[in-house]
Amino acid sequence: MACFIVPTTEAIVTTIAAKCVKKHEAAAPSADAAVIPFSEKLGWLNKLLWGGSALLAFEHVWHGEVTPFFPFLTAAADAADRAEMLHEMATSGVAMALLVTAVWGCMCAVVSRIQKRKKTALPMNGEVQHT
Amino acid sequence: MTLLITCLAAVITTVIWYTNEKARSLKIGTLCLMFWGASLMWLVDAVAEYLELRAEFITPAAADMLNDSYLGLSVVALGLIIWLAIVLIQDPNGTVHKTLLKKHNG
Repeated sequence: MACFIVPTTEAIVTTIAAKCVKKHEAAAPSADAAVIPFSEKLGWLNKLLWGGSALLAFEHVWHGEVTPFFPFLTAAADAADRAEMLHEMATSGVAMALLVTAVWGCMCAVVSRIQKRKKTALPMNGEVQHT
Repeated sequence: MTLLITCLAAVITTVIWYTNEKARSLKIGTLCLMFWGASLMWLVDAVAEYLELRAEFITPAAADMLNDSYLGLSVVALGLIIWLAIVLIQDPNGTVHKTLLKKHNG
């Protein structure tokens, strides 16, 4: 009905957060250039959320649940449908946002682990050790 | 069907992203993340529908399957159009810029 609104709202928040973080990182650049900046990682979440929400919104247009005129959602016109819509947003919508964020969290954890492992595998000061 | 088609598109774009450096320079990672995001969201939708319909969910009517397949293919097409727009606007290889300059100068 309108479950895509929840991940879209999260996407708006994370986009603003990514812009703020990028500004902060530009002001105080990290000493380690090999580490992927947090703003870039937030960019992955933005793409997951915006892309998913856009394609999901298209599905709602396909099913005639979104209209180009006010109130834009067919379910919002009727009180009973409105209650059902809000219930779906609270269950499916929130679950979608949480699942996407959880998957992104796992992605970030794996990337950090790989980078940490690479760092420890490299010899000190990048020197080649002769045996 | 929509979930299956989108998931398949996500897997194919991920394989292309992993194996092809030229595709990576054309920001195929964005398309990949878009399809994965949609797949995850439809997965939640599918689970909610399964909990509601149970056996009916696994045995859909032929007309519903056909409609869902059309929707899935349309979703993939829309994803590709969005990606193409991003590539043309951001112009990572400078092709659009070079072509426009050439036309302007020549």
